[in-house]
Amino acid sequence: MAAQIRLPYLATAALSGLLFGAGLYISQMVDPLKVLRFLDFGAIPTGGWDPSLAFVIVPAIVVMFIAVRIGRRRQAPLFDTRFNEPEFHHIDAPLVGGAVLFGIGWGMSGICPGPAISLIAFWPPDLLVFLVALFAGSYAGALIIPSGRDKRLALAR
Amino acid sequence: MDSFAPIPALAGGVLIGLASALLWLGNGRIAGISGIFGQLLPPARTVIWRLVFLVALVLGTLAASWLLPGLGVGGPGGQPAQLAAPPPGWGIPAPLWIAVSGLLIGFGTKIGNGCTSGHGVCGIARLSKRSFVAVGVFFSVAILTVAITGIV
Repeated sequence: MAAQIRLPYLATAALSGLLFGAGLYISQMVDPLKVLRFLDFGAIPTGGWDPSLAFVIVPAIVVMFIAVRIGRRRQAPLFDTRFNEPEFHHIDAPLVGGAVLFGIGWGMSGICPGPAISLIAFWPPDLLVFLVALFAGSYAGALIIPSGRDKRLALAR
Repeated sequence: MDSFAPIPALAGGVLIGLASALLWLGNGRIAGISGIFGQLLPPARTVIWRLVFLVALVLGTLAASWLLPGLGVGGPGGQPAQLAAPPPGWGIPAPLWIAVSGLLIGFGTKIGNGCTSGHGVCGIARLSKRSFVAVGVFFSVAILTVAITGIV
């Protein structure tokens, strides 16, 4: 707990956030309409499909995959005592149901949570409506699925 | 197709990967935005670093749009960002459409434990079985939703 208010820990969180935000702008995943043009597979035969999202997520996964391999050879991260790796492995109804609901919402607007936050930088009309709804939906979900490692683990057993 | 630019996409993807790698190897935390965002709510015990990350995320977006203007949407040289309009002919007001979308995303990512970053980037990289299932489901459903609504 104490580690999480020390300067190196917070500086790492800040640098990670900066890189993440820059990545969302440079890749233009901050643009919901561009994300929707990726999800529009119906446009593949007509040549109107935008494959950008695949070109973004694959290198991101590759870089993170290498980091995970490096992490597996270490006892702990640099600035905390343990890796907070999810410890539940069951495919359960909340996972699948949650992914279905997220998929519907994502297909409706092209906004996933990362771009939702980074769009604050450009403040398009109705973004506030979206963010309040996102927060409310997340809070409603927290009433059903307990937050925090201990409670979540107890549920999984 | 006119908007597809592979180099910025790849470069942005590498940056997102580096951001995730840094948070993992530095702090042992998954860079899943829905989780970082969702656990700002009570009874969160780790609010400060989450707020720092999210504020930096916005500043990083803003700074990049000033340093590299005109890549598309946002910043001094870019087009104004806009949200998707509801499907034409459905007669749904735009704020209502956006609100329902936000509610579904907030609720779904909370109970499903992740979104495009947490499951999509970090989970796949960790070879998590749960993340493979989640990613397969939410991509398929999102593609289906776009096909049904004809929103693009």
